[in-house]
Amino acid sequence: MIAEQPVYERPIGLTAAYTHYCPGCTHGIAHRLTAEVLEELGILGRTIGVASVGCSVFAYNYIACDFVGAAHGRAPAVATGLKRVLPDRIIFTYQGDGDLASIGLGEVLHAAARGECITVIFINNAIYGMTGGQMAPTSPAGMVTTSSPTGRDPRQTGHPVRVCELIAQMDGAAYVARRSLHNPAEIRRAKKALRAAFECQMNGRGFALVELLSTCPTNWGMTPVDALRWVEERMLPVFPLGEFKNVP
Amino acid sequence: MARELLKGNEAIAEAAIRAGLDAYFGYPITPQTELLEYLARRMPELGRAFVQAESEVAAINMVYGAACAGKRAMTSSSGPGISLMQEGLSYIAGAELPAVVVDVMRGGPGLGNIAASQSDYFQVTRSAGHGDFRPLTLAPATIQEAIDLTGLAFDLAERYRMLVILLIDGNLGQMMEPAELPPFRQHTSPTPEWAVSGAEGRPHRIITSLYLQPEALERHNLKLQKKLAVIAEREQRFAGLYLEDADLIVVAFGSAARVAQNAVEAARAQGMAVGLFRPITLSPFPMRALERLAPRARAFLVVEMNAGQMVEDVRLAVAGRAPVRFYGRLGGVEMLPDEVLQAIEQAMRDTRVTKNGARMLDAEVQR
Ligand SMILES: Cc1ncc(C[n+]2csc(CCOP(=O)(O)OP(=O)(O)O)c2C)c(N)n1
Ligand code: SF4
Ligand SMILES: [Mg+2]
Repeated sequence: MIAEQPVYERPIGLTAAYTHYCPGCTHGIAHRLTAEVLEELGILGRTIGVASVGCSVFAYNYIACDFVGAAHGRAPAVATGLKRVLPDRIIFTYQGDGDLASIGLGEVLHAAARGECITVIFINNAIYGMTGGQMAPTSPAGMVTTSSPTGRDPRQTGHPVRVCELIAQMDGAAYVARRSLHNPAEIRRAKKALRAAFECQMNGRGFALVELLSTCPTNWGMTPVDALRWVEERMLPVFPLGEFKNVP
Repeated sequence: MARELLKGNEAIAEAAIRAGLDAYFGYPITPQTELLEYLARRMPELGRAFVQAESEVAAINMVYGAACAGKRAMTSSSGPGISLMQEGLSYIAGAELPAVVVDVMRGGPGLGNIAASQSDYFQVTRSAGHGDFRPLTLAPATIQEAIDLTGLAFDLAERYRMLVILLIDGNLGQMMEPAELPPFRQHTSPTPEWAVSGAEGRPHRIITSLYLQPEALERHNLKLQKKLAVIAEREQRFAGLYLEDADLIVVAFGSAARVAQNAVEAARAQGMAVGLFRPITLSPFPMRALERLAPRARAFLVVEMNAGQMVEDVRLAVAGRAPVRFYGRLGGVEMLPDEVLQAIEQAMRDTRVTKNGARMLDAEVQR
């Protein structure tokens, strides 16, 4: 008899709860990568996550570390409060583009400027998922959303915000990378970046941010497969992948 | 400890340190800034956390974060900054976190001015943010009392896992007077069983104010209301002067109560039966004591440095059993004992007891 050989298990960093994410949503992949990295680095038991307001508001039900829920956009400030009183713990935020790049841009910029030793996981799906598909600060020109029904017109609504490029300019930022979740090769690179961002914090090097290009098939009005293709065709030209900063 | 000449804002800051403040987060605004400046120097000296935040929005969320870890956290501000903090205050209330906020009131609305005022009474006592909650609110009238209540604020915050607001005005923040600081408290803060610290060796903990199911949120709200009821039962505080035989009871808090006290003393010297009732907790409002006084007094005169805010709580307590008159100054104008004395004299002249025993002020009789 051949013994069963498990090749793919639930990381101990993920709870057994079913997620509420839509089919094809890449929030789930980002959760899994985060949980794997926390487990592999051996820091799950001393990590505190800060969930934001967006579709990932219930991240605390899925990632099996201590967690607090922050107000919309304020996760980096909450993380600052936590890190300043618990300097030997690992603190990370998990934020969407509406949360981080719109209402919370001030908090994330200043956390980076201060060099807060925290890790920010930034899910850029170019849309406000939770509130039903409104234009985000990261929506590419021409993108149709419920609040840009004829397509985002930069003359009226401005241009997408490139967060990594912005944060990399802050002297307090030590690690800044943009990765994507649209194919397995990129997912592996995304995991490496997350690992680097947590190691950056473990080594006390300063602020770390990883932007992950993500899908929202539901509000983009696409199949999961088309959504992955849309990331490649429409998001990559606006949001180039790469490591923007890696201060030793 | 010896008595020293202390500035209000700095005395509160030092009292917080001695009460075991672990972390302070703030943003400059007059007339509160000395608090931030004092702690900018003292907290790092003691190896404790201090951050000048990028805004009051950030400051209160940093307080939220530090409080989630079960640490003693505080911020301070004035009207415009407290307005910006309201979302965060509501999250603190919803997540049942202990935290202390100092509001050094200035004139409003809008940018208003930097003169002392009591115009945030409604803002702070009514809820201080969205949703159903009330913070515990303490209103000292002297620097000594501000020191003592700062220590109490941390105790109450932790006992009830509750937001506590220390409400003073710019006068008290800026003035100096002799007072005695308490000794340093033993600074041990073991992580409370609800706080986050890393889930090593135990199930992971979650701190949130999100309850998606209406029934669950109703249960949570009922729990919060029950806690408020317990607090209302146990924590009402006030101070009284000449209340036993007072025909007219002046009600005032904070700086206004000091001015009112001068006026009451002057009225007594003239032989008028006037007393002073000074709420120390504004929320819970000292209802019980006022309710007891309502049938005995001929009238009440509420004196505030605003357009009439606490007067509504006094009317609720008195519940029509005696007339309640209001005297106030607005916009940060300093109120003087003489004008309060005039208001007292006027109220005494106007006070009538009708044939059926109802007590009225003349203006009301005519109406
Ligand atoms: C102060 C405040 N404003 C607005 C909202 C409503 N709101 C909830 S989630 C959200 C947008 C979330 O979008 P994003 O951060 O991109 O996350 P996603 O759902 O796309 O993952 C908004 C506007 C709120 N909860 N609080
Ligand atoms: S709405 Fe979009 S972002 Fe939210 S869970 Fe569904 S697919 Fe994911
Ligand atoms: Mg989004």
